[in-house]
Amino acid sequence: MIGLELNQVDFSYFDGLVLQDINLSVKAGEMVGLLGPNGSGKTTLIKLASGILKPGRGEIRLDGRRLTSLSRRFIASNVAVVPQQFHIPFAFTTSEVVMLGRTPFFRALADESETDRQVVDNSLELVGISELAERRFDELSGGERQKVILAMALAQQPKLLLLDEPTVHLDIAHQMEILELVRGLNIGQGLTVIAAMHDLNLASLYFDRLILLKEGRVWADGTPKQVLTEAGISEVFAASVRVEVHPLTGVPHIVVMPSVKAVKPQ
Amino acid sequence: MKHRNKLVLVLSLLGVCLIAALFLASAFGAVAISMPDIFKMALNKIAIFDFPSTWNAAEETIIFQIRLPRVIGGALVGMALATAGVLFQGLLRNPMADPYIIGTSAGAALGATIAMLLPINLAFLGFGLVPIAAFCGALGTVFLVYNLARVGGKTPIISMLLAGVVISALMASIMALLIFMSDRLQLNLQSVYSFLLGHISVTGWGQLAVIAPLVVGGIIFARFFAFHLNALSLGEEGAAYVGVNVERDKIVILALGSLLTAAAVSISGLIGFVGLVVPHAMRLSFGPDHRFLLPAAALGGGAFVVIADLLARTVMAPAEIPVGVITAIIGAPFFLYLLRRTRKEYAF
Repeated sequence: MIGLELNQVDFSYFDGLVLQDINLSVKAGEMVGLLGPNGSGKTTLIKLASGILKPGRGEIRLDGRRLTSLSRRFIASNVAVVPQQFHIPFAFTTSEVVMLGRTPFFRALADESETDRQVVDNSLELVGISELAERRFDELSGGERQKVILAMALAQQPKLLLLDEPTVHLDIAHQMEILELVRGLNIGQGLTVIAAMHDLNLASLYFDRLILLKEGRVWADGTPKQVLTEAGISEVFAASVRVEVHPLTGVPHIVVMPSVKAVKPQ
Repeated sequence: MKHRNKLVLVLSLLGVCLIAALFLASAFGAVAISMPDIFKMALNKIAIFDFPSTWNAAEETIIFQIRLPRVIGGALVGMALATAGVLFQGLLRNPMADPYIIGTSAGAALGATIAMLLPINLAFLGFGLVPIAAFCGALGTVFLVYNLARVGGKTPIISMLLAGVVISALMASIMALLIFMSDRLQLNLQSVYSFLLGHISVTGWGQLAVIAPLVVGGIIFARFFAFHLNALSLGEEGAAYVGVNVERDKIVILALGSLLTAAAVSISGLIGFVGLVVPHAMRLSFGPDHRFLLPAAALGGGAFVVIADLLARTVMAPAEIPVGVITAIIGAPFFLYLLRRTRKEYAF
């Protein structure tokens, strides 16, 4: 179990601030969704949390230790990242790709150990893709590939899992499968999860805590009920929506309101 | 990874191929020497055995002073180029990558040509000015390209490829200018072309004593990065996510690949095709795992160049065909055969 803390973090690429004065504390075992329009800084925040980008100002602490003082290898054996997608140019099989998740545990010239193989098999099974093990990664469908990447991240045996819009290219069944799985690990094993999410309704369903970003700042931070308000969403996304508590799920449900012109006459 | 025994078997077979190629290439030449004799001479030389001599002293001199250095030089060149090819293709995630892609060839060629123009007669560790200039030209160019591509503490692969292409083009045009003015500069075009098309020019054991540790050491060192090369197939970010210090690995792999290439180029000029095609052929045949790919390519590349050089000096004897011509003429059809035989689309 591992927590993450961001103190007064600023970040800019070559032009202009992307994130400004971010103060966040994610406790071990939390499941946190990052929301916000395109360009609001969600992906950047995920990359900062993974340590592959360094904050321009402020500091990020992983389990109380400054992220910049930790080696890539140490970070990777505690934090795993699932990006939107990976392109792998070589003809690796699924189990070989998942084995890449064991990289931080390998010793230079040694072979992978029995433990490594066990962990890979378990990850494949957990994600439900054991039957894909010997298939070539580049021949899988988008949904299958995303599951392989998730299995690879799980093979790192992370305490903190970061996901960058992990379901954005997937159909609804695959989206739910992935989120249910991650939620299951969060509840069952206390895995800390931070995920950038596009779909507000899915975020509302699966997350305990949501953080709404607007133009690189934290605009709202709280439970789905506190964050997903009509006023908040229309302000941040500049979109017209209605929010109601769904009678079946008991969480806020966002209904997009089309403009009158665009609605087909009934 | 699962089929360990099969992989060990394949590696052993490749090793046997290389050794067979070495003996075969030692046997043929202006004077043919029987293989059992070579075998016995070699065993006597290691001083474990003492076979009665069935050969004359001249034959022994030919084998040990002329042919073996050249044949072993060829093997080292092939091993170095194929390993460098695997390193560059893996690091750059680019199927077009070969050891020459980021400027080593252009730098070496320009260095060698300028050395040919200089009226200096220098010898250092058994090397003349031309191989030394080729070596320095190759390494210097990569250093230049790497630094030109560096922005904000990072060296993006794309910038490096582009900087490499542009610097290569610039150097190639300077080369073209020198060749154009060869009359006025009294540049010996024959030796320029010999360098550009590849020619294994090992004159004795002294050069090998320098090149062999570089190449063998480089190949062993490369093997330490096999896991990281596998991880780098996820891209720079992906590799970082699984614990690879990407910027550091980039420098090490680049330096290693360039050093291997420079070592090869200094004794052979620019032999094309080996560093591009041997890694692909091995990948097509045995899969993309670098732990296996690196040694397989080294052994296969060594055998390939030894055989190509044997053909180069025997087919039109006493004339020698540039070895780079042979590597392409026998390498291209073989590679196309492999490519066509694979039923699946080749995800490099």
